[in-house]
Amino acid sequence: MSKVLMKGNEAVGAAAIKAGCRYFFGYPITPSSEIPEYMSKALPEVGGVFLQAESEVAAINMVYGAGGAGARVMTGSSSPGISLKQEGITYAAGAEIPCVIVNMMRGGPGLGSIQPGQADYYQSTRGGGNGDYRTLCYAPASIQETVDYVMLAFDKADEYRNPVLICADGMIGQMMEAVEFKENLNKNLPAKDWATTGTKGKREKNIVNSLFLEAELCEDHNIRLEKKYKLMEENEVLYEAFGLEDADVVCVAYGTTSRIVKTAIKLAAAKGIKVGIIRPITLWPYPYAIYKDINPNCKGILGVEMSQGQIMDDIKIGIEGRMPVYFHGRTGGMVPTPAGILAEIEKIAGGTK
Amino acid sequence: MEEKVIMAGFGGQGIMAIGKLLAYAGMLEDKQVSWLPSYGPEMRGGTANCAVIVSDEAVGSPLISKDGTAAIVMNLPSLSKFENELVPGGKLIINKSLIDVEPKRKDIEVYYVSANELAAELGNPKVANMIMLGAYVELTKIVEIDSVLHAFLKVFGENKTHLVPLNKDALLKGAEAVKVRA
Repeated sequence: MSKVLMKGNEAVGAAAIKAGCRYFFGYPITPSSEIPEYMSKALPEVGGVFLQAESEVAAINMVYGAGGAGARVMTGSSSPGISLKQEGITYAAGAEIPCVIVNMMRGGPGLGSIQPGQADYYQSTRGGGNGDYRTLCYAPASIQETVDYVMLAFDKADEYRNPVLICADGMIGQMMEAVEFKENLNKNLPAKDWATTGTKGKREKNIVNSLFLEAELCEDHNIRLEKKYKLMEENEVLYEAFGLEDADVVCVAYGTTSRIVKTAIKLAAAKGIKVGIIRPITLWPYPYAIYKDINPNCKGILGVEMSQGQIMDDIKIGIEGRMPVYFHGRTGGMVPTPAGILAEIEKIAGGTK
Repeated sequence: MEEKVIMAGFGGQGIMAIGKLLAYAGMLEDKQVSWLPSYGPEMRGGTANCAVIVSDEAVGSPLISKDGTAAIVMNLPSLSKFENELVPGGKLIINKSLIDVEPKRKDIEVYYVSANELAAELGNPKVANMIMLGAYVELTKIVEIDSVLHAFLKVFGENKTHLVPLNKDALLKGAEAVKVRA
Protein backbone atom coordinates (compact mmCIF):
# COMPACT_ATOMS: atom_id res chain seq x y z
CA MET A 1 0.00 0.00 0.00
CA SER A 2 1.28 3.46 -0.84
CA LYS A 3 2.15 6.17 1.64
CA VAL A 4 -0.32 8.78 2.85
CA LEU A 5 0.26 11.98 4.79
CA MET A 6 -1.63 11.74 8.08
CA LYS A 7 -2.00 13.58 11.34
CA GLY A 8 -0.95 11.45 14.34
CA ASN A 9 -4.37 11.42 15.97
CA GLU A 10 -6.08 10.37 12.75
CA ALA A 11 -3.42 7.74 12.15
CA VAL A 12 -4.21 6.28 15.60
CA GLY A 13 -7.82 5.86 14.55
CA ALA A 14 -7.00 4.42 11.14
CA ALA A 15 -4.51 1.97 12.64
CA ALA A 16 -6.98 0.81 15.27
CA ILE A 17 -9.65 0.09 12.67
CA LYS A 18 -7.08 -1.70 10.52
CA ALA A 19 -6.27 -3.85 13.58
CA GLY A 20 -9.90 -4.82 13.94
CA CYS A 21 -11.01 -2.31 16.58
CA ARG A 22 -14.74 -1.74 16.16
CA TYR A 23 -15.57 0.13 19.36
CA PHE A 24 -14.34 3.50 20.57
CA PHE A 25 -15.52 5.29 23.67
CA GLY A 26 -14.08 8.65 24.59
CA TYR A 27 -14.43 12.28 25.42
CA PRO A 28 -12.56 14.98 23.46
CA ILE A 29 -9.59 16.86 24.89
CA THR A 30 -6.80 18.86 23.24
CA PRO A 31 -4.36 17.67 21.84
CA SER A 32 -6.05 14.31 21.16
CA SER A 33 -9.51 15.40 19.98
CA GLU A 34 -8.98 14.26 16.40
CA ILE A 35 -8.97 10.64 17.64
CA PRO A 36 -12.68 10.67 18.59
CA GLU A 37 -13.38 13.00 15.64
CA TYR A 38 -11.85 10.47 13.23
CA MET A 39 -13.53 7.50 14.90
CA SER A 40 -16.94 9.19 14.85
CA LYS A 41 -16.73 9.24 11.06
CA ALA A 42 -14.76 6.09 10.30
CA LEU A 43 -16.21 3.51 12.73
CA PRO A 44 -19.82 3.64 11.46
CA GLU A 45 -18.46 3.09 7.93
CA VAL A 46 -17.10 -0.33 8.98
CA GLY A 47 -20.09 -1.31 11.10
CA GLY A 48 -18.45 -0.26 14.35
CA VAL A 49 -19.68 1.87 17.22
CA PHE A 50 -18.38 5.29 18.20
CA LEU A 51 -19.82 6.71 21.36
CA GLN A 52 -18.95 10.03 22.93
CA ALA A 53 -19.30 9.27 26.62
CA GLU A 54 -20.49 11.78 29.20
CA SER A 55 -17.04 11.69 30.79
CA GLU A 56 -13.70 9.94 30.67
CA VAL A 57 -14.75 7.78 33.63
CA ALA A 58 -17.80 6.58 31.73
CA ALA A 59 -15.70 5.99 28.59
CA ILE A 60 -13.17 3.70 30.28
CA ASN A 61 -15.96 1.70 31.89
CA MET A 62 -17.60 1.26 28.48
CA VAL A 63 -14.20 0.01 27.31
CA TYR A 64 -14.28 -2.46 30.24
CA GLY A 65 -17.67 -3.71 29.09
CA ALA A 66 -16.78 -4.09 25.43
CA GLY A 67 -13.39 -5.65 26.18
CA GLY A 68 -15.04 -8.00 28.67
CA ALA A 69 -17.37 -9.15 25.91
CA GLY A 70 -14.33 -9.95 23.77
CA ALA A 71 -14.41 -6.99 21.38
CA ARG A 72 -11.37 -5.07 20.20
CA VAL A 73 -11.89 -1.69 21.85
CA MET A 74 -9.95 1.53 22.33
CA THR A 75 -10.17 4.83 24.13
CA GLY A 76 -7.94 7.84 23.69
CA SER A 77 -7.39 11.03 25.61
CA SER A 78 -4.72 13.37 26.92
CA SER A 79 -3.11 13.58 30.35
CA PRO A 80 -5.93 14.95 32.59
CA GLY A 81 -8.40 12.67 30.82
CA ILE A 82 -6.09 9.69 31.27
CA SER A 83 -5.90 10.49 35.00
CA LEU A 84 -9.66 10.17 35.15
CA LYS A 85 -9.45 6.74 33.52
CA GLN A 86 -7.04 5.27 36.06
CA GLU A 87 -9.69 3.51 38.13
CA GLY A 88 -11.01 1.82 34.99
CA ILE A 89 -7.50 0.80 33.94
CA THR A 90 -6.71 -0.94 37.23
CA TYR A 91 -10.12 -2.68 37.09
CA ALA A 92 -9.36 -3.83 33.52
CA ALA A 93 -5.90 -5.03 34.62
CA GLY A 94 -7.46 -6.90 37.56
CA ALA A 95 -10.20 -8.45 35.45
CA GLU A 96 -7.67 -9.12 32.65
CA ILE A 97 -9.55 -7.24 29.98
CA PRO A 98 -7.70 -6.60 26.72
CA CYS A 99 -8.00 -2.96 25.61
CA VAL A 100 -5.90 -0.16 24.16
CA ILE A 101 -5.60 3.26 25.79
CA VAL A 102 -3.93 6.10 23.89
CA ASN A 103 -2.44 9.04 25.79
CA MET A 104 -1.38 12.12 23.82
CA MET A 105 0.46 13.60 26.78
CA ARG A 106 0.34 17.32 27.53
CA GLY A 107 1.79 19.63 30.17
CA GLY A 108 0.70 18.98 33.77
CA PRO A 109 0.00 18.61 36.65
CA GLY A 110 -3.76 19.09 36.86
CA LEU A 111 -5.23 20.71 33.77
CA GLY A 112 -1.74 22.01 32.97
CA SER A 113 -1.30 23.20 29.40
CA ILE A 114 -2.40 21.88 26.02
CA GLN A 115 1.13 21.71 24.56
CA PRO A 116 3.20 18.48 24.46
CA GLY A 117 4.48 16.82 27.63
CA GLN A 118 5.99 13.55 28.89
CA ALA A 119 5.32 13.96 32.57
CA ASP A 120 2.93 10.99 32.74
CA TYR A 121 5.90 8.60 32.75
CA TYR A 122 5.43 7.59 36.38
CA GLN A 123 1.69 7.24 35.91
CA SER A 124 2.17 5.06 32.83
CA THR A 125 5.03 2.85 34.04
CA ARG A 126 4.39 2.63 37.79
CA GLY A 127 0.64 2.26 37.55
CA GLY A 128 -1.73 5.19 37.97
CA GLY A 129 -4.33 3.06 39.68
CA ASN A 130 -4.26 0.88 42.80
CA GLY A 131 -2.87 -2.58 43.25
CA ASP A 132 -0.08 -4.76 41.87
CA TYR A 133 -0.55 -4.38 38.13
CA ARG A 134 1.42 -3.54 35.03
CA THR A 135 0.49 -2.29 31.60
CA LEU A 136 2.55 -2.68 28.44
CA CYS A 137 3.43 0.82 27.36
CA TYR A 138 4.57 1.82 23.85
CA ALA A 139 6.17 5.23 23.18
CA PRO A 140 6.21 5.87 19.41
CA ALA A 141 8.53 8.54 17.99
CA SER A 142 6.93 9.05 14.58
CA ILE A 143 3.53 8.74 12.98
CA GLN A 144 4.68 5.52 11.27
CA GLU A 145 5.64 4.03 14.64
CA THR A 146 2.35 5.24 16.10
CA VAL A 147 0.49 3.27 13.46
CA ASP A 148 2.69 0.19 13.87
CA TYR A 149 2.49 0.11 17.67
CA VAL A 150 -1.23 0.84 17.86
CA MET A 151 -1.77 -2.20 15.64
CA LEU A 152 0.67 -4.30 17.68
CA ALA A 153 -0.99 -3.09 20.91
CA PHE A 154 -4.26 -4.81 20.00
CA ASP A 155 -2.49 -8.12 19.42
CA LYS A 156 -0.50 -7.81 22.66
CA ALA A 157 -3.63 -6.86 24.62
CA ASP A 158 -5.32 -10.05 23.38
CA GLU A 159 -2.20 -12.21 23.81
CA TYR A 160 -1.74 -11.24 27.46
CA ARG A 161 -5.35 -10.31 28.32
CA ASN A 162 -4.10 -6.97 29.56
CA PRO A 163 -4.64 -3.23 28.95
CA VAL A 164 -1.94 -1.72 26.69
CA LEU A 165 -1.00 1.96 26.75
CA ILE A 166 0.24 4.08 23.87
CA CYS A 167 2.20 6.96 25.42
CA ALA A 168 2.71 9.61 22.78
CA ASP A 169 2.61 13.37 23.20
CA GLY A 170 0.72 16.33 21.79
CA MET A 171 3.27 16.84 19.05
CA ILE A 172 2.80 13.29 17.74
CA GLY A 173 -0.95 13.81 17.90
CA GLN A 174 -0.87 17.07 15.96
CA MET A 175 1.90 16.59 13.43
CA MET A 176 1.59 15.05 9.97
CA GLU A 177 4.04 12.59 8.47
CA ALA A 178 4.01 9.97 5.74
CA VAL A 179 2.65 6.60 6.84
CA GLU A 180 2.17 3.21 5.31
CA PHE A 181 -0.31 0.70 6.75
CA LYS A 182 1.05 -2.81 6.95
CA GLU A 183 -1.12 -5.89 7.09
CA ASN A 184 -2.31 -6.85 10.54
CA LEU A 185 -0.06 -9.33 12.31
CA ASN A 186 -2.78 -11.34 14.10
CA LYS A 187 -0.53 -14.30 14.82
CA ASN A 188 -2.18 -17.27 16.52
CA LEU A 189 -3.92 -15.38 19.27
CA PRO A 190 -5.70 -17.37 21.99
CA ALA A 191 -9.45 -17.82 21.63
CA LYS A 192 -11.47 -15.50 23.88
CA ASP A 193 -13.29 -18.36 25.60
CA TRP A 194 -13.36 -16.31 28.81
CA ALA A 195 -15.45 -13.47 27.34
CA THR A 196 -18.97 -12.71 28.52
CA THR A 197 -20.77 -13.32 25.26
CA GLY A 198 -23.89 -15.01 26.61
CA THR A 199 -24.11 -18.72 27.48
CA LYS A 200 -27.14 -19.41 25.22
CA GLY A 201 -27.86 -22.08 27.83
CA LYS A 202 -24.99 -24.17 26.48
CA ARG A 203 -22.09 -23.54 28.85
CA GLU A 204 -21.18 -22.37 32.33
CA LYS A 205 -21.32 -18.61 32.59
CA ASN A 206 -18.12 -16.61 32.28
CA ILE A 207 -17.44 -14.00 34.93
CA VAL A 208 -15.11 -11.04 34.30
CA ASN A 209 -14.37 -9.35 37.60
CA SER A 210 -11.56 -7.91 39.70
CA LEU A 211 -13.15 -8.61 43.10
CA PHE A 212 -11.92 -11.43 45.38
CA LEU A 213 -13.55 -11.48 48.81
CA GLU A 214 -11.21 -14.21 50.05
CA ALA A 215 -7.68 -12.87 50.51
CA GLU A 216 -6.04 -16.21 49.66
CA LEU A 217 -7.76 -16.23 46.28
CA CYS A 218 -6.80 -12.62 45.69
CA GLU A 219 -3.17 -13.45 46.45
CA ASP A 220 -3.29 -16.40 44.04
CA HIS A 221 -4.71 -14.08 41.42
CA ASN A 222 -1.87 -11.59 42.01
CA ILE A 223 0.76 -14.33 41.76
CA ARG A 224 -0.71 -15.46 38.47
CA LEU A 225 -0.77 -11.87 37.16
CA GLU A 226 2.84 -11.42 38.22
CA LYS A 227 3.85 -14.46 36.14
CA LYS A 228 2.19 -12.78 33.16
CA TYR A 229 4.07 -9.53 33.81
CA LYS A 230 7.35 -11.48 34.04
CA LEU A 231 6.62 -12.98 30.63
CA MET A 232 6.12 -9.47 29.25
CA GLU A 233 9.44 -8.40 30.77
CA GLU A 234 11.15 -11.34 29.09
CA ASN A 235 9.51 -11.04 25.69
CA GLU A 236 8.20 -7.57 25.00
CA VAL A 237 11.08 -5.13 25.63
CA LEU A 238 11.66 -2.90 22.60
CA TYR A 239 14.24 -0.17 22.11
CA GLU A 240 16.48 1.55 19.61
CA ALA A 241 20.14 2.12 20.49
CA PHE A 242 23.25 3.15 18.60
CA GLY A 243 26.72 4.53 19.22
CA LEU A 244 26.99 3.10 22.76
CA GLU A 245 30.33 1.26 22.46
CA ASP A 246 32.53 4.31 21.92
CA ALA A 247 30.29 7.04 23.31
CA ASP A 248 31.64 10.07 25.22
CA VAL A 249 28.07 10.69 26.34
CA VAL A 250 24.90 8.60 26.04
CA CYS A 251 21.49 10.27 25.81
CA VAL A 252 18.32 8.49 26.89
CA ALA A 253 15.06 9.80 25.46
CA TYR A 254 11.80 8.47 24.00
CA GLY A 255 9.04 9.70 21.72
CA THR A 256 9.28 13.18 20.21
CA THR A 257 12.16 14.08 22.50
CA SER A 258 14.32 11.28 21.07
CA ARG A 259 14.09 12.94 17.64
CA ILE A 260 15.28 16.25 19.03
CA VAL A 261 18.11 14.37 20.75
CA LYS A 262 19.08 12.78 17.42
CA THR A 263 19.36 16.25 15.88
CA ALA A 264 21.55 17.29 18.84
CA ILE A 265 23.72 14.16 18.35
CA LYS A 266 24.49 15.28 14.79
CA LEU A 267 25.43 18.75 16.06
CA ALA A 268 27.69 17.15 18.69
CA ALA A 269 29.35 14.91 16.08
CA ALA A 270 30.24 18.03 14.10
CA LYS A 271 32.10 19.21 17.21
CA GLY A 272 33.90 15.89 17.60
CA ILE A 273 31.82 14.58 20.53
CA LYS A 274 30.62 10.99 20.21
CA VAL A 275 27.11 10.64 21.55
CA GLY A 276 25.11 7.43 21.66
CA ILE A 277 21.41 7.06 22.31
CA ILE A 278 19.13 4.63 24.10
CA ARG A 279 15.54 5.11 23.02
CA PRO A 280 13.09 2.98 24.97
CA ILE A 281 10.17 2.05 22.71
CA THR A 282 8.49 0.15 25.53
CA LEU A 283 8.55 2.38 28.63
CA TRP A 284 7.32 -0.68 30.51
CA PRO A 285 8.91 -3.19 30.34
CA TYR A 286 12.02 -1.02 30.30
CA PRO A 287 15.20 -1.93 28.34
CA TYR A 288 17.58 -2.09 31.33
CA ALA A 289 19.89 -4.74 29.79
CA ILE A 290 21.15 -2.52 26.96
CA TYR A 291 22.94 -0.29 29.50
CA LYS A 292 25.58 -3.04 29.77
CA ASP A 293 26.71 -2.16 26.22
CA ILE A 294 27.72 1.38 27.13
CA ASN A 295 31.41 2.29 26.84
CA PRO A 296 32.82 1.97 30.40
CA ASN A 297 34.79 5.19 29.81
CA CYS A 298 31.65 7.12 28.88
CA LYS A 299 31.59 10.39 30.84
CA GLY A 300 27.92 10.33 31.71
CA ILE A 301 24.32 9.54 30.82
CA LEU A 302 21.99 12.38 29.91
CA GLY A 303 18.26 11.79 30.28
CA VAL A 304 16.12 14.13 28.19
CA GLU A 305 12.37 14.32 28.69
CA MET A 306 9.50 16.82 28.57
CA SER A 307 9.21 16.60 32.36
CA GLN A 308 11.22 17.37 35.47
CA GLY A 309 13.10 14.09 35.12
CA GLN A 310 10.72 11.16 35.64
CA ILE A 311 12.77 8.95 33.29
CA MET A 312 15.82 9.28 35.59
CA ASP A 313 14.75 6.51 37.99
CA ASP A 314 14.91 3.91 35.22
CA ILE A 315 18.21 5.29 33.94
CA LYS A 316 19.68 4.89 37.43
CA ILE A 317 18.40 1.31 37.63
CA GLY A 318 19.88 0.57 34.20
CA ILE A 319 23.33 2.08 34.79
CA GLU A 320 23.70 0.62 38.32
CA GLY A 321 25.86 3.49 39.53
CA ARG A 322 28.67 2.88 37.01
CA MET A 323 28.77 6.50 35.83
CA PRO A 324 27.23 9.86 36.59
CA VAL A 325 23.71 10.65 35.36
CA TYR A 326 22.37 14.06 34.35
CA PHE A 327 19.01 15.42 33.28
CA HIS A 328 17.92 18.05 30.81
CA GLY A 329 14.26 18.77 30.23
CA ARG A 330 11.61 21.31 29.51
CA THR A 331 8.19 20.91 31.02
CA GLY A 332 4.67 22.29 31.25
CA GLY A 333 4.26 22.13 27.47
CA MET A 334 7.67 23.55 26.52
CA VAL A 335 9.85 21.47 24.20
CA PRO A 336 13.65 20.96 24.48
CA THR A 337 15.73 22.38 21.63
CA PRO A 338 18.70 20.71 19.90
CA ALA A 339 20.88 23.64 21.02
CA GLY A 340 19.80 23.23 24.67
CA ILE A 341 20.56 19.50 24.60
CA LEU A 342 23.89 20.12 22.86
CA ALA A 343 24.92 22.55 25.60
CA GLU A 344 24.32 19.83 28.23
CA ILE A 345 26.21 17.25 26.16
CA GLU A 346 29.18 19.65 25.90
CA LYS A 347 29.18 20.23 29.65
CA ILE A 348 29.26 16.48 30.34
CA ALA A 349 31.85 15.71 27.64
CA GLY A 350 34.07 18.52 28.89
CA GLY A 351 33.82 17.33 32.46
CA THR A 352 33.05 20.85 33.61
CA LYS A 353 29.67 20.09 35.11
CA MET B 1 19.47 18.40 1.54
CA GLU B 2 17.12 19.55 4.26
CA GLU B 3 14.64 22.42 4.09
CA LYS B 4 13.08 23.67 7.33
CA VAL B 5 10.45 26.25 6.56
CA ILE B 6 8.14 28.17 8.83
CA MET B 7 4.88 29.39 7.33
CA ALA B 8 2.98 32.03 9.24
CA GLY B 9 0.11 34.48 8.92
CA PHE B 10 -3.49 35.12 10.00
CA GLY B 11 -5.92 32.26 10.49
CA GLY B 12 -7.80 32.04 7.19
CA GLN B 13 -4.91 32.93 4.87
CA GLY B 14 -4.38 29.27 4.04
CA ILE B 15 -1.12 28.90 5.92
CA MET B 16 -1.77 25.37 7.14
CA ALA B 17 -2.93 24.42 3.64
CA ILE B 18 0.27 25.46 1.84
CA GLY B 19 2.25 23.68 4.54
CA LYS B 20 0.34 20.47 3.89
CA LEU B 21 0.78 20.86 0.13
CA LEU B 22 4.53 21.23 0.49
CA ALA B 23 4.77 18.23 2.83
CA TYR B 24 2.59 16.10 0.56
CA ALA B 25 4.57 17.15 -2.53
CA GLY B 26 7.80 16.18 -0.77
CA MET B 27 6.32 12.80 0.16
CA LEU B 28 5.25 12.21 -3.46
CA GLU B 29 8.89 12.78 -4.44
CA ASP B 30 9.98 10.13 -1.88
CA LYS B 31 11.50 12.66 0.48
CA GLN B 32 11.13 12.51 4.27
CA VAL B 33 8.63 15.09 5.50
CA SER B 34 6.96 16.44 8.61
CA TRP B 35 4.25 19.08 9.11
CA LEU B 36 3.80 20.48 12.58
CA PRO B 37 1.08 23.04 13.30
CA SER B 38 0.94 25.46 16.16
CA TYR B 39 -2.07 24.38 18.15
CA GLY B 40 -2.16 26.85 20.97
CA PRO B 41 -5.30 28.77 21.92
CA GLU B 42 -3.96 31.63 19.77
CA MET B 43 -5.17 29.74 16.70
CA ARG B 44 -8.73 30.91 17.13
CA GLY B 45 -8.95 34.13 15.13
CA GLY B 46 -5.30 34.94 15.70
CA THR B 47 -2.05 33.93 14.11
CA ALA B 48 -1.53 30.57 12.47
CA ASN B 49 1.78 28.93 11.75
CA CYS B 50 3.26 25.60 10.86
CA ALA B 51 6.71 24.11 10.49
CA VAL B 52 7.41 21.93 7.46
CA ILE B 53 10.56 19.87 7.01
CA VAL B 54 11.47 18.26 3.70
CA SER B 55 14.63 16.20 3.81
CA ASP B 56 16.62 13.46 2.10
CA GLU B 57 17.17 11.84 5.50
CA ALA B 58 14.84 10.94 8.37
CA VAL B 59 13.48 14.08 9.99
CA GLY B 60 14.94 14.73 13.45
CA SER B 61 13.21 17.39 15.49
CA PRO B 62 9.95 18.34 13.75
CA LEU B 63 10.13 21.63 15.59
CA ILE B 64 12.01 24.58 14.07
CA SER B 65 13.90 26.61 16.65
CA LYS B 66 16.57 29.05 15.44
CA ASP B 67 17.43 26.60 12.68
CA GLY B 68 14.91 27.46 9.95
CA THR B 69 16.25 27.57 6.41
CA ALA B 70 13.30 29.67 5.24
CA ALA B 71 10.20 31.48 6.44
CA ILE B 72 7.08 32.55 4.57
CA VAL B 73 5.44 35.40 6.48
CA MET B 74 2.07 36.68 5.40
CA ASN B 75 1.33 39.28 8.07
CA LEU B 76 3.20 41.73 10.28
CA PRO B 77 3.03 39.85 13.64
CA SER B 78 4.56 36.83 11.89
CA LEU B 79 7.54 38.84 10.67
CA SER B 80 8.56 39.99 14.13
CA LYS B 81 7.84 36.56 15.62
CA PHE B 82 9.74 34.40 13.12
CA GLU B 83 12.62 36.34 11.52
CA ASN B 84 14.78 35.31 14.48
CA GLU B 85 14.09 31.60 13.86
CA LEU B 86 16.20 31.61 10.68
CA VAL B 87 19.81 30.55 10.33
CA PRO B 88 22.19 33.14 8.87
CA GLY B 89 21.66 33.10 5.10
CA GLY B 90 18.11 31.78 5.55
CA LYS B 91 15.43 32.92 3.12
CA LEU B 92 12.67 35.22 4.34
CA ILE B 93 9.75 35.65 1.96
CA ILE B 94 7.59 38.60 2.95
CA ASN B 95 4.05 39.33 1.83
CA LYS B 96 4.60 42.96 0.83
CA SER B 97 0.86 43.54 0.45
CA LEU B 98 0.35 43.40 4.21
CA ILE B 99 3.81 44.10 5.64
CA ASP B 100 5.25 47.58 5.17
CA VAL B 101 8.30 47.26 7.41
CA GLU B 102 11.65 45.67 6.72
CA PRO B 103 13.10 42.85 8.81
CA LYS B 104 15.68 43.83 11.45
CA ARG B 105 18.17 41.14 10.48
CA LYS B 106 20.79 41.89 7.86
CA ASP B 107 22.30 38.40 7.63
CA ILE B 108 19.41 36.75 5.79
CA GLU B 109 18.13 36.78 2.21
CA VAL B 110 14.91 38.78 1.97
CA TYR B 111 12.36 38.52 -0.84
CA TYR B 112 9.26 40.69 -1.17
CA VAL B 113 6.15 39.36 -2.90
CA SER B 114 2.96 41.41 -3.22
CA ALA B 115 0.87 38.28 -2.80
CA ASN B 116 -2.54 39.89 -2.32
CA GLU B 117 -2.19 42.18 -5.37
CA LEU B 118 -0.92 39.32 -7.52
CA ALA B 119 -3.80 37.14 -6.35
CA ALA B 120 -6.24 39.92 -7.22
CA GLU B 121 -4.74 40.02 -10.72
CA LEU B 122 -5.71 36.36 -11.05
CA GLY B 123 -9.22 37.28 -9.98
CA ASN B 124 -9.19 35.36 -6.67
CA PRO B 125 -7.75 36.87 -3.47
CA LYS B 126 -7.79 33.43 -1.82
CA VAL B 127 -4.73 32.22 -3.76
CA ALA B 128 -2.33 34.69 -2.12
CA ASN B 129 -0.99 31.72 -0.12
CA MET B 130 -0.27 29.78 -3.32
CA ILE B 131 1.62 32.77 -4.71
CA MET B 132 3.85 32.73 -1.62
CA LEU B 133 4.35 28.97 -1.95
CA GLY B 134 5.24 29.40 -5.63
CA ALA B 135 7.91 31.95 -4.69
CA TYR B 136 9.32 29.58 -2.05
CA VAL B 137 9.45 26.60 -4.41
CA GLU B 138 11.18 28.72 -7.06
CA LEU B 139 13.82 29.91 -4.60
CA THR B 140 14.57 26.50 -3.10
CA LYS B 141 13.64 24.05 -5.90
CA ILE B 142 12.84 21.66 -3.06
CA VAL B 143 9.93 20.11 -4.98
CA GLU B 144 8.52 20.36 -8.51
CA ILE B 145 5.49 22.59 -9.15
CA ASP B 146 3.78 19.53 -10.67
CA SER B 147 4.19 17.66 -7.38
CA VAL B 148 2.47 20.51 -5.55
CA LEU B 149 -0.45 20.33 -7.99
CA HIS B 150 -0.60 16.54 -7.63
CA ALA B 151 -0.59 17.04 -3.85
CA PHE B 152 -3.41 19.60 -4.24
CA LEU B 153 -5.77 16.87 -5.45
CA LYS B 154 -4.61 14.48 -2.71
CA VAL B 155 -5.13 17.05 0.06
CA PHE B 156 -8.34 18.69 -1.18
CA GLY B 157 -9.87 15.83 -3.19
CA GLU B 158 -10.43 15.01 -6.85
CA ASN B 159 -13.62 17.11 -6.83
CA LYS B 160 -11.38 20.20 -6.71
CA THR B 161 -9.81 19.39 -10.09
CA HIS B 162 -11.40 22.51 -11.59
CA LEU B 163 -9.31 24.66 -9.23
CA VAL B 164 -5.98 23.23 -10.39
CA PRO B 165 -5.44 25.71 -13.29
CA LEU B 166 -6.02 28.73 -11.02
CA ASN B 167 -3.65 27.35 -8.38
CA LYS B 168 -1.05 26.52 -11.00
CA ASP B 169 -1.22 30.11 -12.29
CA ALA B 170 -0.78 31.35 -8.70
CA LEU B 171 2.27 29.15 -8.10
CA LEU B 172 3.85 30.31 -11.39
CA LYS B 173 3.07 33.96 -10.67
CA GLY B 174 4.75 33.65 -7.29
CA ALA B 175 7.77 31.98 -8.89
CA GLU B 176 7.97 34.76 -11.46
CA ALA B 177 7.85 37.43 -8.75
CA VAL B 178 11.10 36.23 -7.18
CA LYS B 179 12.76 35.37 -10.50
CA VAL B 180 12.57 39.02 -11.54
CA ARG B 181 14.15 40.19 -8.31
CA ALA B 182 16.99 37.66 -8.48
